[in-house]
Amino acid sequence: MAAKGWMMPFNLLVLTCLIYVFLLFLVAFVVERRAAHGRLGFLRSPVIYTLSLSIYCTAWTFYGAVGYAARSGIEFLTIYLGPTLVFVGWWLVLRKLVRIGRQQRVTSIADLISSRFGKSNVLGVVVTLIAVIAATPYIALQLQSLTLSFAVFAKDTPEAWLLQGREDVALWVAAGLALFTILFGTRKLDAKEQHHGIVTAIAVEAVVKLVALLAVGIFVVWGLAGGVGPVIEKIAAVSNPAWELQHDRWVGLLILSAAAVISLPRMFQVMVVENVNEAHLSRASWAFPLYLFAMSLFILPIAVVGMERMPPDTNPDMLVLTLPLAEGQGALAMLAFLGGFSSATSMVIVETIALATMISNNVVMPIWLRLRPSAALSGNLRGGVLLTRRLAIVGVLALGFAYYRISGGSAALASIGLIAFAGMAQFLPALLGGIFWRGATKVGALAGLLTGFVIWAFSLFLPSFGESGLISATVLEQGLFGLMWLRPEALFGTEGMDPLVHSVFWSLALNTTAFAVASVLTFPDPVERIQGVAFVNAFDREAQAERLGWSLGQAEPEALLSLAQRILGEEALTFFEAQARGQGKEGFLPDLTPEFLAEAERRLAGSVGAATAHAMISQLFGRATVTVEDLMAVANETAQIMEYSAKLEAKQGELTRTARQLREVNDKLTQLSVQKDAFLSQISHELRTPMTSIRAFSEILTEDDLPPQMVGDSGRIIHSEAVRLTRLLDDLLDLSVLENGTVQLNLELAHLGKMLDRAVQAAGQTRPERSFEIKRNEPSEEIYLLTDPDRLVQVFINLISNARKYCDAEQGVLRIVVKQKAGRINVDFIDNGKGIPKESQQLIFEKFARLTDQMRAGGAGLGLAIVREIMTNLGGSISYLPGQRGAAFRVTLPLRLEKPGGG
Amino acid sequence: MPSPLFLARAVYRRRRLRDAARFLPLLGLLLLLLPALGGAGGGEVSDAIYLFVIWAMLIATAALLAPGLSQTESEDDAAEPSDGGEGVDDAL
Repeated sequence: MAAKGWMMPFNLLVLTCLIYVFLLFLVAFVVERRAAHGRLGFLRSPVIYTLSLSIYCTAWTFYGAVGYAARSGIEFLTIYLGPTLVFVGWWLVLRKLVRIGRQQRVTSIADLISSRFGKSNVLGVVVTLIAVIAATPYIALQLQSLTLSFAVFAKDTPEAWLLQGREDVALWVAAGLALFTILFGTRKLDAKEQHHGIVTAIAVEAVVKLVALLAVGIFVVWGLAGGVGPVIEKIAAVSNPAWELQHDRWVGLLILSAAAVISLPRMFQVMVVENVNEAHLSRASWAFPLYLFAMSLFILPIAVVGMERMPPDTNPDMLVLTLPLAEGQGALAMLAFLGGFSSATSMVIVETIALATMISNNVVMPIWLRLRPSAALSGNLRGGVLLTRRLAIVGVLALGFAYYRISGGSAALASIGLIAFAGMAQFLPALLGGIFWRGATKVGALAGLLTGFVIWAFSLFLPSFGESGLISATVLEQGLFGLMWLRPEALFGTEGMDPLVHSVFWSLALNTTAFAVASVLTFPDPVERIQGVAFVNAFDREAQAERLGWSLGQAEPEALLSLAQRILGEEALTFFEAQARGQGKEGFLPDLTPEFLAEAERRLAGSVGAATAHAMISQLFGRATVTVEDLMAVANETAQIMEYSAKLEAKQGELTRTARQLREVNDKLTQLSVQKDAFLSQISHELRTPMTSIRAFSEILTEDDLPPQMVGDSGRIIHSEAVRLTRLLDDLLDLSVLENGTVQLNLELAHLGKMLDRAVQAAGQTRPERSFEIKRNEPSEEIYLLTDPDRLVQVFINLISNARKYCDAEQGVLRIVVKQKAGRINVDFIDNGKGIPKESQQLIFEKFARLTDQMRAGGAGLGLAIVREIMTNLGGSISYLPGQRGAAFRVTLPLRLEKPGGG
Repeated sequence: MPSPLFLARAVYRRRRLRDAARFLPLLGLLLLLLPALGGAGGGEVSDAIYLFVIWAMLIATAALLAPGLSQTESEDDAAEPSDGGEGVDDAL
C-alpha cells in the first residue's frame, strides 16, 4: 500500500503541473481583464500585496531551508530574520523607496539607480549587468530544485531514464519556464510596468507554498514525531558540530539577507513597481514577517525528523518531498511538490520579468534609440520592446541553465542562493546613498558598484564554479598573479574568515568606501543634483504636490484644443476639424487616438519646440511624468529663443547708436564744409582787394610819361597794399599755428604795467591823427606775471588798436582796469563808444568778422580771432563784457602759466 | 517656515510613534544578535525558541505601530506642511 502510494506515475505528475500552470494562467488572465476594465476591487488589497511579497520565499526556502537546517542548524533563520528587520523598520527605508518609486515611475532597480544619478545610461547598464550575473546562480538554483523534485518522483518509474540525463530535465524545465514567463509577462506593455495578473497569480502561489509547507510540517510534528514536546526533545538531542552557531556567519547573513530583500530585482519589482497603494506597505510591515515566520516554523522539525527517519545518503534539500513519500503520503507529497513548483516558478517568472524589463529599458532601448533616433517617432517601438523582453527572458534562463550545468548541479541550494544574495547586495550602498544622501554622485555610484561587483565575482562567484571552473586551483591557493594577498578567499591576508562572510565583508566595505570617496571627490551635473533633491527630499510636501499636480491633468479634447489654439491660432481649428473628419466625426473634437496625439504634438513642436510640445501633451494627459530632462530640454529651447532675441535687440541698439553717430558726424562735416567754403570765399575776397589795387596801380606805372608825383603815389599804394597782403598772410599763418596748438610759448616773468606801456605805445601808430585818452591805474598794474609777454602784448595792442579804430565817440577814452582775483587777473578794456550790438557780440571773435565795411586800419578781420586763440594758448580767455556803456573786453589769464604738459 | 516649539498633543504622540518605528529595527537587531554573542543561554533549542519569541514580538509590535503610522501619513499631507522627522533621514 505504502509502496503503491508514492509510485506516482510520472506522466500524471507532468499533467498535474500543466493543469496547475493553466489555472494560474487563467487567474492572471481574468485579473488582467478586470484590470483593463478598472474593476480590481479586492485584488488591490494589502493582502494580495503581502502575499506577492512572498516571492522572497523561493525553492530555496521551500526545499533548501530544510536542507540548510539539516546541515547548519538554526543559521537558516538569518535569511528570514534580516527581511523581518527591514520590514519591521519600513518607516526608515522601504517607505521612502516605495514613495520614490511611485513618484518617479520607476520600472526597476536599475531604473531607480540610473534615474537618481542623473538618468545615467551607463549606470543603468552596469546595474542591469550585475543583476543579470548575480541572478544567474539564483535561477540555476530554481532549475536545480525543480530537476531534483522531478527526479524524486521519477525514481523507480518507467521514466527513470531521466535520472541518467538530469540536464535534459533541467533543459525542459528551463524551456517550459521561459515559455510560461513569456506568455505571462510579455503579453502586453504597461506604461507603469505593472502586471496585476501576475501579481495575483503569485499571491495564489504564495498560498499554495505556505499551505504545502505547513501541511508537511503539521504532518511531521503531530503525525510522525508525536507532538511539540517530543520534537523539541529530538532537536535538543541532535549533536552535530556543524550546528554550532558561527558568530561571524550569523551577523554577516543577517545583514546580507536584510540587504538582499531591498535590492533583489524581483523583490523590488513586487514591492515598489507593482505597489498600487503606499498604505499597503504598513500592513505588509508586519504581515510579511508573519508569513516568513510561518514558513520557518516547521523547517527545523522537518529537518530533524527527516534526518532521523531517512537513510543517511538522502539529499536533505529534498526532505520536504521525500519524507511524505517515504511515509506513504502520496497526496501530501503531491501538495509539497506543487508548493515547491510554485516557489520556483513564481520566482523565475518575476525575476526574469524584472531582468527583462531592465535589459530592454536600460540597455537595449537606449542603444537602439541612439542608433536609430527616428524609431522613437514611429509606433513600432512597442513590438521591439516586447521582442527584446522575450529574448531577454530566454537569455536569462539560458544563463541560469548554463550555470547549473557548469557548477554541476550538486551544490547545496542555500549556498547557491547566498552567492546571488551577495551579488545583489552590491546595489545597497548606491541605493541607500542615493535616497538619503544628496552628495552621492554618479561617479561614486559607478565606482562603488564596480568595486563591489569585481570583489564579489572574484571572491565568491567565480570560485563557485569549482576548481574546474573559471578560477584555477593555483589562483585559489596562490592568489592572483601569485600575490598571496590576492587569494580569492583570503583577500588582504584575512584567512580565518568564512568564505561567504569574507566576500560579503570585503565587497560591501570596499563598495561603500569607493562610493563615498568618489562621491565626495566628484561634482554632480545639474540633472544629478535635481534628481538628488527629488529623491532625498521625496517627502518634501511642496515638491510632491508640484509633481503630483503635473501628472494629474485630465485629458479632454477641449483642453487640447484650447491649448493648441493658444499656440497655433486659427490653424488649430482647421487641424482639429480635419482630424475629426478623418476619424469620421463631425465638429472640431476628434477622439484622442495615439495617432492624433502624435500629430498634434508634431504640430505643436513646430511652434514651440519638440521638448516643450512633449511636456505639454504629457502634462495634459498625465501619461508620463514630465522628467527633469524634459524640463531641461524646454529650458534649452527657451534659452535659445531668448538668446536669439537678445542678440537681435543688442544688434538693433548697436545699429541705432551707429546711425546716430553717423548723423552727428555728417552734421559736423557739413558744418565744417560750410565753414571752409565761407572761409575760402572770405580769404579770397580779402586777398583780392589788395591784389586788385596792386594790379591797378602797377598797370598805371607801366604807362609812359607819368608825372613823378603820381609814380611816387602809386608806388606807395602798391607798397602799402603789399604790406597789407603780407600782414594778412602773416595773420593767417599765425592763426593756423595758434589754432593747431603748435605755437611755441616763451614763458618768463613780466611786469603787467610795462607790457601795457609797450602795447599803448605800439597801438599809438593806429590812427595816430586821432586824439585818444587812455586811463590807467598804475598801482594796480604792479603785478608780475609768468606768461609769454610778447604774445600778451600782441593781445593788448590788438584791443587798444581796435578801440582806437572803432570807438566812435568824439573824444575817445579807453579805461584799462586791472583786477586780481584768486590766482587769476582780469584786464578790462572799456571805451566810451556805442559798444557792440547784442546780436553781434557772438560774432566778433569769429574769423573775418568785421562789423563795418570800412577798412580803416586795413585789418582783415582776423584780429580778435587771433586774440582769442592766443588767450586760449596762454591758459586764459577773452570775452565781451556787456553793459559797460561802451565796448568792453575782458582778458582773463592766470598769474602763473604752468607749462603745458610735456610742452 | 519655522517649526513650532510646542505641538498639539496628538501631533506630538504621532511623532513619537514614528520615533518608535525607527527605533524598532535597531532594537530587533540588537536582540537578534544576542545568540551570536552567546547571550541566549546556549543550546540549539533554547536559541531557536528565543529567536522565534523575539520574532513574534517584533511582528506584534510592528502590527501595533502600523495602523497609527499609516493613518498619520494620510493626515499629514493636509495637516503638516513640513515634517521635522525627515531631518533625521537627511542626516543619515
